[in-house]
Amino acid sequence: MIYENIRLAVFSLKANKMRALLTMLGIIIGIGSVIAIMTVGDSVTATVTESMSSLGANNITVTLEEREDADADDESVQMGMDWGSSDEDAKQPSQEDYITTEMLRQMKDALGSSIKAYSISEQVGAGQIQQEADGATAEVSVKGTSLGYFLANDMNLVQGSFFSEDELQNGAMVALLSEKALDDLFDGDVTKAVGSTVNLAIDNKYYNFIIEGVYEESDDATQNMYAMFMNHHATDLYIPLKTAQEINHSSGYQTLTVVVDPNENPDQVAAQIESFFANIYRNNRDFEVSAMSMASMVSIMETMMDTITTAIALIGGIALVVGGIGVMNIMLVSITERTREIGTRKALGAPNSSIRVQFIIESIVICLIGGAIGILIGCIGGIAAANYIGASAVPSVKSILISLGFSMAIGVFFGYYPANKAAKLNPIDALRYE
Amino acid sequence: MGRTIIDLKDIYKRFYIGTPNELEVLHGISLQVMEGEFVSIVGASGSGKSTLMNIIGALDRPTEGSYTLDGVNVIAAKDAELSQIRNRKIGFVFQTYNLISKTNAIKNVELPMLYAGIPGKQRIARAGELLELVGMQDRMKHLPEELSGGQKQRVAIARAMANDPAIILADEPTGALDSTTGRLVMDLFHKLHDEEGKTIVLITHSPELAEETERIVTIKDGNILGERKGTGR
Repeated sequence: MIYENIRLAVFSLKANKMRALLTMLGIIIGIGSVIAIMTVGDSVTATVTESMSSLGANNITVTLEEREDADADDESVQMGMDWGSSDEDAKQPSQEDYITTEMLRQMKDALGSSIKAYSISEQVGAGQIQQEADGATAEVSVKGTSLGYFLANDMNLVQGSFFSEDELQNGAMVALLSEKALDDLFDGDVTKAVGSTVNLAIDNKYYNFIIEGVYEESDDATQNMYAMFMNHHATDLYIPLKTAQEINHSSGYQTLTVVVDPNENPDQVAAQIESFFANIYRNNRDFEVSAMSMASMVSIMETMMDTITTAIALIGGIALVVGGIGVMNIMLVSITERTREIGTRKALGAPNSSIRVQFIIESIVICLIGGAIGILIGCIGGIAAANYIGASAVPSVKSILISLGFSMAIGVFFGYYPANKAAKLNPIDALRYE
Repeated sequence: MGRTIIDLKDIYKRFYIGTPNELEVLHGISLQVMEGEFVSIVGASGSGKSTLMNIIGALDRPTEGSYTLDGVNVIAAKDAELSQIRNRKIGFVFQTYNLISKTNAIKNVELPMLYAGIPGKQRIARAGELLELVGMQDRMKHLPEELSGGQKQRVAIARAMANDPAIILADEPTGALDSTTGRLVMDLFHKLHDEEGKTIVLITHSPELAEETERIVTIKDGNILGERKGTGR
C-alpha cells in the first residue's frame, strides 16, 4: 500500500516535471542554505578549536582588564549616558597599571612548579626590513617576546638560536626571521641570513638588527584564514621583549600567556593566578587581572560559533517554511485536478484514511526529493566555501539527518491540510466534477 | 430465484432540508432485486434515477427509509463501513469509465483488491483472470490513454468484478460508446449474468437497452411508474 502510494506519487511528479521542480525549489534552497551554513560553521569551529588547542591546551591567558564595577561607579554620576562601554570610552591603562616583571617574578615564586614558563609579547608595529647587501625588502610585523613565547607557541628554528638570557635582559638588537622573509631577503639561503645585519624601518625610525635565527612557520589554518581576510601578508619578526619595550617606551605588560606544567589542572592554576593578582590589584580602582585557560576559551568560542551558526541557519529555515507553503499550494492544485480520481477511488471502496495517506505521501516525496537535492547542493556549497576560507570541510552528519527529518516533517505538516481536504470530499460530488 | 440482494423500502430523498429551496427527489420508493437478476432502471433525466443509483451504490444515504444490501443494513453504516460496503458488495461501472490515468489496465483492476487488503500476488493473478474474462488479456500493461473507449469500459467492468461483489451497478455504461462497441459491452454484461450468475443493475435512459434485461423498472418524477418483464436478451 505504502509502496503503491510512493510509486503513484513519483508518477504524478513525473507527469508534471516542471511544476514539481519549481515546487521543490523552495525546499532545495531552504535545505541547501541551512546545510551550507552548518557545514561552514562546523568546519570553522572545528578548525579554530583544533588550532587553538594545538597551540597549547596547557596555556593560560592572563589579561589586564578594566574593572566592570569600577565602570559602573564612575558612570553613576552621569546617569543614563552609559550605552554600554565601547572601546572609545574605555580607560587606557597607565604605566602604573601594567603588569610588571617584578609581579611576574613574585607570581612564579608563589605558584612554584605549576608554572613551566610564561610568554609575553609586545606588538611594536608593522614595518619593513631591508637587507644591507643588495637592498631586498620584506614586510614584517615586529613583536617583542620573552623566551617562554616560543615554548607556548610550540615554535622551532630552522637555523640559528633563540635569544639568550643576556640578550633578553639587555635589550639586544637581535631578531628572529620567518621563512617567508628569508625567501624575500636572502633567497632562502639560511646560512647567509644568520649573523647578517638588516635594517628595520618602523614609524619613520630606523634600527639595525642582527639575525640570530630563522623560525619555522606553522601552517596554522586559523592564521591563514586571518591573513586571507585581513589581506595581511607580513610575517612576524621577533625581537627581545626588552628591546620592544625600549622602542615603545613602555615598561609593563597588558597580556601574557602562562604555560602550565602538564601535570597540573590549567583551570585550577588559572584560578590561583587570578587570586594572586586580585591581591596585588585590590587597591586599583580601574583595573584588574583575569586569567583564562585555553580550554575555557575554546569552549566559549565554540558556544559563540554555535550561536552564530544557529542564528544564520534559522534565517535559512525561513526559506524552508516558504518552500513548505509552496508544497501546500501545489498539493491543493493537484487535488483539484484529480477530484474525479479521488471520487473513483472512493467509489471503489478507498477509505478516507487511505486517500489521506496517498496525498501526504505525495507531499513527503516532493519534500524528500527536494531535501535530498538541497543536501547535495548544500554540502557541495559548504565544502567549497570552507575550502575557500582554508578550513578543512566537515559536512555535518547531524545537520544532514536533521534536514532529512525536517523536510519530511514539512511534507507531513504542509501536506496534511490538502490531503485531509481530499479525504473528506463527497464521493458523489467528486465523481461528477468536470 | 433465491435471496433478496437489494431491499429498498419507502426511500425518500430530500435536498436543501430546512431551507426555502427544499426539494424532494424520491417520494417513497420501494424496490427489491433478487440474487442473479438482471434489472434495468429507466427514466428520463431529472426523474431521480441518478439519486436512486447513488443510494443503491452506498455513495449517499436516503433521508428516510430502509436499505438492506446482501443482508447488510446500509442506513446504519458509518462512513468507513460504507467504504467497505462499496468495496466488497458493489462493482461500479461508469459512463465515463473513470479509470485511474497513468496507471495501467492490470493495476486499475487490482485497485479494489488493494483497498480490500488482498496480497500482491493474489491480486495480480485475479486481475489477470478478469482481464482475460473481458477479452483484454493482450492489453494488460496498457495505460488508459492507449485504449479505445470500448476497451476502457471492458477494463472498468473487470475492475467492477474484482472483489466478486454482490451487485454490479452500471450507470449508462454504453452512453459514451458508438452502437457497435456499445453492443460488445452489453454482450459482456449478458455473459457475466449468464455465465457468472452476477446480479446486475443497469441504469439507462435508453428503452432499447432496457428491453434486453429481465426486468424493467421505470422511474418518473421520483416515483416508480411501473415494472415489466424484458426479453432477457
